[in-house]
Amino acid sequence: MNNSFYYIKSHEKIAKDVYKMVLGGDTSSITAPGQFINIRLDGFFLRRPISICDYDDETITIIYKVVGQGTSELTDYLPGMSLDVLAGLGNGYDTSKSGDKPLLIGGGVGVPPLYNLCKKLISEGKKPSVILGFNTSDEVFYEDEFKALGADVYVTTVDGTKGIKGFVTDAFDKVDYTYFYTCGPMPMFKAVNAAAKTSGQFSFEERMGCGFGACMGCTHKTKNGNKRVCKEGPVFVKEEIEW
Amino acid sequence: MVNTKVNLSGLTLDNPVIPASGTFGFGYEFADIYDINILGSISCKGTTKDPRFGNPTPRIAECTEGMINSVGLQNPGVDKVISEELPKLAKVYKKPIIANVSGFSIDDYAYTCEKMDAQEQVGILEVNVSCPNVHNGGMSFGTSPESAAAVTKAVKAVTKKPVYIKLSPNVTDIVSIAKACEEAGADGISLINTLLGMRIDLRTRKPVIANKMGGFSGPAIFPVAVRMVYQVYEAVNIPIIGMGGVSSARDVIEMMLAGATAVQVGAANLVDPNACPNIINDLPAVMEQYGIENLTDIIGGSHNG
Repeated sequence: MNNSFYYIKSHEKIAKDVYKMVLGGDTSSITAPGQFINIRLDGFFLRRPISICDYDDETITIIYKVVGQGTSELTDYLPGMSLDVLAGLGNGYDTSKSGDKPLLIGGGVGVPPLYNLCKKLISEGKKPSVILGFNTSDEVFYEDEFKALGADVYVTTVDGTKGIKGFVTDAFDKVDYTYFYTCGPMPMFKAVNAAAKTSGQFSFEERMGCGFGACMGCTHKTKNGNKRVCKEGPVFVKEEIEW
Repeated sequence: MVNTKVNLSGLTLDNPVIPASGTFGFGYEFADIYDINILGSISCKGTTKDPRFGNPTPRIAECTEGMINSVGLQNPGVDKVISEELPKLAKVYKKPIIANVSGFSIDDYAYTCEKMDAQEQVGILEVNVSCPNVHNGGMSFGTSPESAAAVTKAVKAVTKKPVYIKLSPNVTDIVSIAKACEEAGADGISLINTLLGMRIDLRTRKPVIANKMGGFSGPAIFPVAVRMVYQVYEAVNIPIIGMGGVSSARDVIEMMLAGATAVQVGAANLVDPNACPNIINDLPAVMEQYGIENLTDIIGGSHNG
């Protein structure tokens, strides 16, 4: 973990209520896809935890959805302004378990952390398939970006306005996979857990106090004992999760 | 050169800044962020007789200038705290610590305190009387002078270490409770614990916290804490550790002027992991600004006569 100021390189709306922000600064504490950052905003006491979509030696890309007052405030920050950020939080996805054909399943704003994961899996010579689930077509984002990485991409929308009509699990029969990685809302997790034929890793969301393990605000019970979503998580393996 | 040293029941602290229980775990994880030996002491995560998962999530809600938590005393239980957590802290922190203890019966408190008493690294026992008394209809031990005194007596009987009773602010007369603790033999008073609070989500129309209510902390409660420290200082002759929304060196001085001998920093640690080192670094300059040479000189300095 490191705490420093990051300057906003770019900030744009990419779908309904969904924004992409590129931050410049120290990325040395980021060690795996699926980690997150915690952003301090003027006028708000607690930081906002947001998953890392992509990173390199000098930049962090985040994609967030406006879900409340804090994320609404964040949309007002302009390129050139700076943000107080805790970076490199949590344990990310473990790519060593993936096999040759990992399946990546993202629901809504659960999609972003899968992007850097997809990149890493491809760099390791694997052939990932990606299922991106949304409610409706104007919420869809990053389909082309995942395709550009070289992944097989399937989009599902609940109302059928784009891609396959239905939920992410309705695309499962189109792919042959050795392992899965997922991030998204709890109802989707339960459906994925029930439908998946292999082991996999889930990245959980929880209301957090600190984001770095101090307050015990985000603890989940697992089969391997109590785990803090922010510190031992946010990624948990299928076999340890208590539903 | 200003002198930031203070003395708590015979324990000399390099400075009065102590991370508050529940906002710092067992401390060792913060050693990855800064040298925690700069801290005056550390008040460790509240420890109970048996392991506790705590309350269901969500346990956290944001407030204006503060937060509500309903963690529910998650801890591995006193035996594991002693066998696993305290040794990890001892590797990276070389000063005496404050063991924060909670319980649901008088026997619980005595059991846990007796075990903590045997730990060399424990300098002070801080007894949290804010948890519900399961033998008394769930009313907190800290809400009546009689039950707070009963806990104090039971704990004093099993330890030779200084005992500080951490009081709840959710009472009508904190002074009578503090006095009862002093009469029962308490060596000091810690105050304040969190204020009972609640937030409701406009979209779901339900409480944000799974347990509905929780403890409100952060800068918003600082004036309440200053007021209660001031009131208790007038009534007792034992040292006070002041806490509640402290987030700057100025707050430390204000709390000490109200009557605190040392100060705990809580919620501020959660939003800024460097909150304590920043306060400690700022303290000498703020002391000089207000003409303070020895920090001990200002304890209770706002009281007349």
